[in-house]
Amino acid sequence: MMFITLLRIELFKIFKRPRTYIAFGAIAMIVLLVQLALKVNGKDFIQLYTDSQSDTFEIPYESMNNGYFVCVAVLHMILIHVPLLVALIAGDMISGEAGLGTLRLVVGKPIGRTELILSKFMASTIYVVMLLVWMAIFALFGSILLFGSGDLVVFREENMHLMNQQDVLWRFFAAFVFAALALTTIAAMALMFSAFSENSLGPIVATVCVVIVFTIVQQLKVPLFEQTINPWSFTTHMLGWKGFFYVEKTAEGVTIDGSVENPASLVKSAGVLLGYILLFLTVTVQYFKRKDILS
Amino acid sequence: MMNTIIRVKNLSKRFGDLQAVDQLSFSVSAGEVYGFLGQNGAGKSTTIRMLLTLIEPDEGEIEIFGLNLRQHRKEILKRTGAVIERPDLYKYLSAFDNLRIFARLSGMKASRKQLMDQLEMVGLAERANSRVKTYSQGMKQRLGLACALVHDPGLIILDEPTNGLDPQGIAEMREMIIRLSRDGGKTLLVSSHLLSEMEMMASSLLIIDNGRKVAEGKLDELLNPKTALVELAVTDTRAARQLLGQTDWIHNIHEKSIRLLRFEMEKSRIPELTRLLVSGGLDIQSIRPVHSLEEYFLAQTGK
Amino acid sequence: MRKLLVFAAILLPALLPAQDVKELLQKVKDKYDQVKDYTAEGKLKTNVLFIKAPVATVKIWYKKPDKIKIKNEKGVSFIPKGSVNINMNNVLGLSNYEAIVSGTEKVGGTDCKVIKIFPLSDEDNISRATLYVDEQQLLVKRSVISTRENGTYELVMQYKQYAAYGLPDKVELTFNTRDYKLPKGISIDYDNGADKDKKERTGPKKGKVEIVYTKYTINKGVPDSIFN
Repeated sequence: MMFITLLRIELFKIFKRPRTYIAFGAIAMIVLLVQLALKVNGKDFIQLYTDSQSDTFEIPYESMNNGYFVCVAVLHMILIHVPLLVALIAGDMISGEAGLGTLRLVVGKPIGRTELILSKFMASTIYVVMLLVWMAIFALFGSILLFGSGDLVVFREENMHLMNQQDVLWRFFAAFVFAALALTTIAAMALMFSAFSENSLGPIVATVCVVIVFTIVQQLKVPLFEQTINPWSFTTHMLGWKGFFYVEKTAEGVTIDGSVENPASLVKSAGVLLGYILLFLTVTVQYFKRKDILS
Repeated sequence: MMNTIIRVKNLSKRFGDLQAVDQLSFSVSAGEVYGFLGQNGAGKSTTIRMLLTLIEPDEGEIEIFGLNLRQHRKEILKRTGAVIERPDLYKYLSAFDNLRIFARLSGMKASRKQLMDQLEMVGLAERANSRVKTYSQGMKQRLGLACALVHDPGLIILDEPTNGLDPQGIAEMREMIIRLSRDGGKTLLVSSHLLSEMEMMASSLLIIDNGRKVAEGKLDELLNPKTALVELAVTDTRAARQLLGQTDWIHNIHEKSIRLLRFEMEKSRIPELTRLLVSGGLDIQSIRPVHSLEEYFLAQTGK
Repeated sequence: MRKLLVFAAILLPALLPAQDVKELLQKVKDKYDQVKDYTAEGKLKTNVLFIKAPVATVKIWYKKPDKIKIKNEKGVSFIPKGSVNINMNNVLGLSNYEAIVSGTEKVGGTDCKVIKIFPLSDEDNISRATLYVDEQQLLVKRSVISTRENGTYELVMQYKQYAAYGLPDKVELTFNTRDYKLPKGISIDYDNGADKDKKERTGPKKGKVEIVYTKYTINKGVPDSIFN
């Protein structure tokens, strides 16, 4: 009962802050910019991926450049940067209050510290989900509105995947759900850093740095890291949303509607992310329960 | 009728090398304004934070409303209100929203009217919907007080409530504190390093230094102890010192300045002191018992 | 050098005289020539190592002598550029060539004459072609066409309903593909472990598409604008 009250208070605080709307505004703006770019220069963008094949195949630039394709492009560009927007809110959850001097007032109230942390985590998660819903509205429905729908082509490093128009929408929803899990991991980490800190910038910067470091380690693609860090790095698994756009094919090379290539790896990635969320949350709760509030 | 609201026994807290609070014991009675005095860094804030469960004590016991704080934390905190140092509150929210949040956190579902009444009481009703970041320090302090009082707590803990206020703000805060105690029947624990303030509102006093208790008692007793500090102004301090040194009822004589001696003695013997000085042929310029709490405090803590 | 080769081939014994070969080819051409244009619908199956695609519904337009277009009207398909070679007129329409028969081979259960064709003009895109011709039905059942620019295409055709027009019900086109690999950094993939076992990525690769025709509309006119 108290938990619900706390959650409502946290949400109220989040959505009364101007900084919250920076994130929503930024997303809307990036999406619109990408949409504009692809509306005007869609062919050039596609050529980036298909250049090596333009001698062998007729590339149907126009039909490829549909709403689904644009949405995937937007997600590719945007989801890498959304952790920053999540950190901006979640990283400020505890340390921001320490800075304002409200943490000592709140903790001195008849509420449990564990409850407090969990309500802040839950509120961050809801914020993440709302960001993604917002993104879905602009990037998915907006793109469908502007570009129409159609078969989806997804480019990977060594192959491309074509999916039937009617086999695409569920993939977006699955991808958004997965992205929510991935970004919740970031929120949990930012919240943990936030519990350790008494200024609000530190945890935000720390979160973003961790994401950058692991992303770089992952992109280096050297065996040293591929075999040691990467299988357990959460940035590796955060990309799992892309897995829903990798379709399985028959021996004859025909894709199977409704299939996902190696779904077991997606289950594993989701498991790893959940594990991280639990780990971060446990550390945060245990630390905060014993913390002397000196701010 | 329960008389003791706060009972603290052998409370200690250490931060690294610093013994912030050292075997501190005290008790606060119902309905009084309990002054908690000490210089900055004396351990007042640490003690108050332990009372509010913000800091976990290393040792010692705290009972509030007759209940063990560790075991009945929520129950106790529901009946306690606190303002700790200068809260900035949620700057991006209005006063009304801030107040509503703290009411909810105290487990109270306050109506709009209740909240507005509370703001009215601290004189912020007109600015209820302005964001707190537009408030002056005094307004924030009053809003902080409103937030601490919104759920009508029996115990009110105020840590340095007059810090950063202008003289008018200080006077207003003082009046509010006195009114809460006198008219509202609340028990208040008020910390300050502004001793003159304490003198004007506290009924009991705890003085701490380096985390240790220096003195505790009713303000009257502390201000009018049997042994008083007396300041004597004479033309010949050397002769006076010699003369006074010969008695066994005058102690701790030292020269405060070239014409001023300070010593301890029973107040009742001041006439006897006068006779002694006159009979010794000394020209008395003044004899003054030291009353001010500040002087008392400075004398006690030796600073 | 090529002429020498042709000459040597012609000299080989036990072969049909060159004149007879050309006659056979002319008969085949006459049969195919009945079709001035067609519009057809079909199902396109792509089997290329680096493309995963569903079966697509495509529309095919043809107009004499050599205009052909394949398009997935409702969706997205990568149509191999070599698919113009499913039009037999590309070979049969050659005017200046030598042809020899180099035996018989079974294609899809029927005996076919293996006819090698050597265009003599340097302007033709085709440098060499081998046709497997069913003499009874006067149909090309298989062809291997080497082009000057885009490598070799192999076609296997099955005829049924529209055999009388020389139009296949099913065509399998095998063609050379280039490597597909995006530059590093352009896409950060999710590693789902699916690509680990694919080591056979070196050497020349073949791609295959299969078109199964479901409906032909023959000689009802096709506007030129379609092919632009």
